[in-house]
Amino acid sequence: MMLQVEDLHVYYGAIKALKGINFHLEKGEIVALIGANGAGKTTTLNTLSGILRARQGKIHFLGEDISQTPAEEIVRKGIIHVPEGRKIFATLSVMENLEIGAYTVTDKGQIARNIEMVFNRFPRLKERQNQLGGTLSGGEQQMLAIARGLMTNPSLILLDEPSMGLAPVIVEQIFEIIQEINDQGTSVLLVEQNAQMALSIADRAYVFETGMVTLEDEAHKLLENPLVIEAYLGGH
Amino acid sequence: MRASTATSKSILLEYIIKRRWLGNGLLILVGLFAVYRLAVELINNPILFFQQVINGLQLGFVYALIALGYTMVYGIVRLINFAHGDVFMVGAFISFYGVTRLQLHTWVSSVFPSFPPVAAQIIGAVTVVLLAMVTCSVLAFTIERVAYKPLRNAPRISALITAIGVSFFLEYFGALSFVFSPNFITYKRPFDVTTWYLNKGGIASLQSGQAIPPGSVIFSNIFVIIVISSILLMLALQYIVRNTKVGKAMRAAAYDKPTARLMGINVDGIISVTFGIGAAFAGAAGMLYAIAFPQVFFWMGIIPGLKAFVAAVLGGIGSIPGAFVGALIMGQAEVLSAAYISTPMRDAIAFSILIIVLLIRPTGIFGEPTREKA
Repeated sequence: MMLQVEDLHVYYGAIKALKGINFHLEKGEIVALIGANGAGKTTTLNTLSGILRARQGKIHFLGEDISQTPAEEIVRKGIIHVPEGRKIFATLSVMENLEIGAYTVTDKGQIARNIEMVFNRFPRLKERQNQLGGTLSGGEQQMLAIARGLMTNPSLILLDEPSMGLAPVIVEQIFEIIQEINDQGTSVLLVEQNAQMALSIADRAYVFETGMVTLEDEAHKLLENPLVIEAYLGGH
Repeated sequence: MRASTATSKSILLEYIIKRRWLGNGLLILVGLFAVYRLAVELINNPILFFQQVINGLQLGFVYALIALGYTMVYGIVRLINFAHGDVFMVGAFISFYGVTRLQLHTWVSSVFPSFPPVAAQIIGAVTVVLLAMVTCSVLAFTIERVAYKPLRNAPRISALITAIGVSFFLEYFGALSFVFSPNFITYKRPFDVTTWYLNKGGIASLQSGQAIPPGSVIFSNIFVIIVISSILLMLALQYIVRNTKVGKAMRAAAYDKPTARLMGINVDGIISVTFGIGAAFAGAAGMLYAIAFPQVFFWMGIIPGLKAFVAAVLGGIGSIPGAFVGALIMGQAEVLSAAYISTPMRDAIAFSILIIVLLIRPTGIFGEPTREKA
């Protein structure tokens, strides 16, 4: 098992955001976390990547408990978090954003190969490599955020709302790319409001409600589950 | 079309109602008057004017080195590090002891007597400045760890007040007789001063006791050293910030700390490095300032520190080119007002610039509108 989360409790001050979350992810899987705003999906990702601290519970990654590991160390263990809202370094060029993505990679040859690899996957970024990150369109920024995440050759990539604020045709592209990344061996933990898209590419999914997991199943079964259809797929 | 005229009309109306035109108009009048006065002085006595510009450049470059530390630290932790001027003072004292106690400026000629004397002198002076820079870096690194890092998540005002406390600590700790000294001390330069004069006949060196020939501008090797070493340091900084991994990490962390951590950047380490680099520049500035005005004193950091702070605000705090441009403007403003208005007025004018900038354009020349971030 690649990732196992056990009884995770996270607080914002006195407010309890996660009330004992359990889930797991096998190597090579795409697992989606779906649910409404404020259900705790982003909080979960932030805790996995070390930006937030769990008050209680364990996060096992490749057999090691990382719940108390600082964010900058977790990156070195092979988890990369592509945050909500993309969080491109707007004052750095596209190329510099990628170089910062490879901050933990010490081998210069490896960095050059990875830049080549992401430029092959995202030709638009190659065209715009000298532009400032802040001048890119929303879709390009999302591509840059994913590309930046791939610069460390992660074994697990956490994607937070990759479809947020993007035109449907761009969303299609982004999800194709996620599928490709997964086909090449990277496991994906995907947080999405767009449950339809998320379930269409995921292997399994967990439904979050007010800080708890209320439902878990294989993605294609959830797509047909009346409760899920009613609450998250617009009732059709 | 109609909509746009309506908006411009209402903006104009608002402008008149809020009486912004009063402030801006007054400022433009003051600016025009200053330009007019300077133009008259330039025509009446161009030699005196150019002499002042040279003096202003010398001062401005020293301010630039100090202002860089303010602006870099502000850029990454949003803290006005009021102890920065006192780090500059420590740099001046360390270089003083490097010359008087350790005789570092002569080590080359005493170890390798056959070494060419000019090169030996340059290496010696560089050794002294490196000692001051390294000491100041270590000092700032310690200050950051002890005083500022524990307050990283506290309200900003706490860190600001702490910075003022650190500033007082450095001043009065330095004033202790077993640390530095409570008295003014004459600074011993690590080299002899040579003065040149420049006029229509070209450049020639001024012999000691020789009167300055009429119609010439004078400058010394101090001016040359300050300008060259400041430019070299600033090019080095530009290189570090633009091209190195640490520099890119500094810019990333200045923009967004949580995301920088997600990239594997140790943000606390990068903040320490930023403090260290800023302090190294202040240390170098301390030595250059003491060479230009050969006297060291435990309060010597206050006024240059504040003026460099004004320079950083004028240029747009957080912006490195802004600090440089702001400092050159401050140097000129100070020297020209001392020459053409009155010497005691120069500080009043320097700080009036701060007030005017904060009133009219708080983001400074190169500043972007501030983004409030967590």
